[in-house]
Amino acid sequence: MDLYSLLREFADSWMLLALFLFFVGVILWVLRPGSTKTYRDTANIPFRHEKAPAQAEANARKEA
Amino acid sequence: MTNYIKLIVLGLITLLAMIAANFARDLAYMVNALTIMLVAGGLFLWTVRKIGEPVEKVDLSGEYMDGVVRYGVVATALWGVVGFAAGTFIAFQLAFPGLNFEWAHGYMNFARLRPLHTSAVIFAFGGNALIATSFYVVQRTSATRLWGGNLAWFVFWGYNLFIVLAASGYILGATQSKEYAEPEWYVDWWLTIVWVCYLAVFLGTIIKRKEPHIYVANWFYLSFIVTVAMLHVVNNLAIPVSIFGSKSVQVFAGVQDAMTQWWYGHNAVGFFLTAGFLGMMYYFIPKQAEKPVYSYKLSIIHFWALIFIYIWAGPHHLHYTALPDWASTLGMVFSVVLWMPSWGGMINGLMTLSGAWDKLRTDPVIRMMVIAVGFYGMSTFEGPMMSIRAVNSLSHYTDWTIGHVHSGALGWNGMITFGALYFLVPKLWNRERLYSLSMVSWHFWLATIGIVLYAAAMWVTGIMEGLMWREVDANGFLVNSFADTVAAKFPMYVVRGLGGVLYISGAIIMCINLYLTVRKAPAVEATNQLVPAE
Repeated sequence: MDLYSLLREFADSWMLLALFLFFVGVILWVLRPGSTKTYRDTANIPFRHEKAPAQAEANARKEA
Repeated sequence: MTNYIKLIVLGLITLLAMIAANFARDLAYMVNALTIMLVAGGLFLWTVRKIGEPVEKVDLSGEYMDGVVRYGVVATALWGVVGFAAGTFIAFQLAFPGLNFEWAHGYMNFARLRPLHTSAVIFAFGGNALIATSFYVVQRTSATRLWGGNLAWFVFWGYNLFIVLAASGYILGATQSKEYAEPEWYVDWWLTIVWVCYLAVFLGTIIKRKEPHIYVANWFYLSFIVTVAMLHVVNNLAIPVSIFGSKSVQVFAGVQDAMTQWWYGHNAVGFFLTAGFLGMMYYFIPKQAEKPVYSYKLSIIHFWALIFIYIWAGPHHLHYTALPDWASTLGMVFSVVLWMPSWGGMINGLMTLSGAWDKLRTDPVIRMMVIAVGFYGMSTFEGPMMSIRAVNSLSHYTDWTIGHVHSGALGWNGMITFGALYFLVPKLWNRERLYSLSMVSWHFWLATIGIVLYAAAMWVTGIMEGLMWREVDANGFLVNSFADTVAAKFPMYVVRGLGGVLYISGAIIMCINLYLTVRKAPAVEATNQLVPAE
C-alpha cells in the first residue's frame, strides 16, 4: 500500500474516531459534577491582579 | 559581555546586508537589504554607545511589563489609519481608474496597493493589536510578568520590521502571488523567527503563571499563535531562485498549491482574525461590563468546537475548480457546521451583558464591543451560507465576497480592537478616564454607518454582477460583456468609497481622542500612600 492510501485509511477510521471521542470527552468533562463552582472561580480571573503580579500584591498587603 | 556578542552579530548582519544590496538582482530585494542594513547598523551604533555603562540589576518581577504594550497600542492605532487610508484610496481607484496615476505606474497601481492594504489592516493593524493585547491579557490573567525579559521587545520591533519589509516589497513588485501570504521568502523566514519568539514569550508566561487555571482568553491566543506558525511555514514552502533575489518558486504545484493556499487563507481568517480576536472578546468585554463571562462552560466548548471545525473549512474557496468534489463538499459541510460554535461564542459575548444592558446607553465603549460581536454573528452566518456550492456559484468572484470580508473585518475585528484600545489607553497611561466620550460616540456612528454603506453597496453590486455574468439569451449566448458589469457597478463603487471615508474619519477621531487622553485627561491619584492604620 502506498503512503497516501495508508494515511488516508488511517485518517478516515481511527483518527476520525479519536478526534470525535476527544471532542465528546471535552463536552462531558466540562459538564462534570462540581464544575460550576470551579468555573465560577476561573471566570473571575480577569478581576484579580489587575495592577501588579500576584507576589507583589501579597507583599503590598503585608506592608499595609 | 553580551554587548560584545551583540556587536559582533549586528556588525555581521550589517555587512551581509551590504553585500546583499550590492549583488541584488532586483529593486525590491535591494531596498529590503538596505532597510536591514540601516536597522542593524543603527542598532550597532546604539549598542556601542551603551558599552561600558554600568548595568543596574533591578528586580522587575513585582510589576507588569507594560512598555511594550504601550508601543503596541500606538502602532495599532497608527497602522490602522495607514491601512484604512490605503483601502479607501484603492476603493476610489476602482471607481475612478484615473487615480492609477501616469507618473506612478508600476508602483501605485491598484494591483500593487491592494496587497499593501490587506497586509496593513490584517497584519499591521490586526497583528499589532493581537500582540499588544495578548501581552496585556496574559500578564493579568496569569498574575505574573512577561517571560523572557527583552524578548517581548524583540517580538514587537521584529514584527514591525517584517511589516515594513513586506510593504516596501509590494510597492516595488516582490510578491509570491499568494493571497494574504504575499511576502517573499526571506521576509517569511524573518517572520518565522519572530513568531517562534512570540510563542516562547507567551508560553513562558503561561508556564510561570500564579493562577492555577489558564483563563479562556489565553487558550484562544495560544491557538492563534500555534496555528499561524503551522500555516505560515507550510504555505510558504518555497525555493528561492537566487539568494540575492526576491523571486522564489513554490514547492507545491497546481491544485495542491491551491488547496494549501486556501487551507492557509481560510485559517488565517479562522485563527488570526477569529481565534485571536475572540481572546480579546473574552477578556475585554467582561472587564468593560464589570461582569464575568456569561458561561465559562460554553466558552470551553466554544473553543474546542471552533478549532476542531475551522481547520477543515478551507476547500469552500475552491468550488468548481480542479479540486475533487469530495474535498470541496467536505469544506462546505464543515463551514456550515461552523455556524454553531461561532454563534455559541457570539451568544456568550452578548449575554455577558445580561443584567448590565443599561450600560449600552451610557458607555459608548461597550456599545462598540457589542456591535463588534453583532457583526461577528452576522458574518459567521453569511460565511457558511456563501460556502454552500449553489450560493457560491452566484457569489464567487463577485463583490459579495469583498462585502462579506469587510463586514467581518471592519465590523468584528475593527470594532473589537477599537473597544480594546479605548479600554487600554487610560489603564496603560494611568488616566482616570478617556478624554471624551462623545468623541467615542462619533467614532461609533461614523464607523457603523461606514460599514453599512460598504456592505450594502457590495451586496447589491455583487449579486448584480453575479446575475449579469450568468444571464443568457434564448439561443444560449451570454447577454452581458464583462465591461457591461463594470459600468453597471460604478454607483455602488462610489458608495463603497464613501463608506471607507466615514470609517477612516472615525479612526482619526479615535487617534485624536487617545492622544488627548494621554496628554490631557486627569491622572489616577496614587492611592497607596495614605493607608489608614488598621
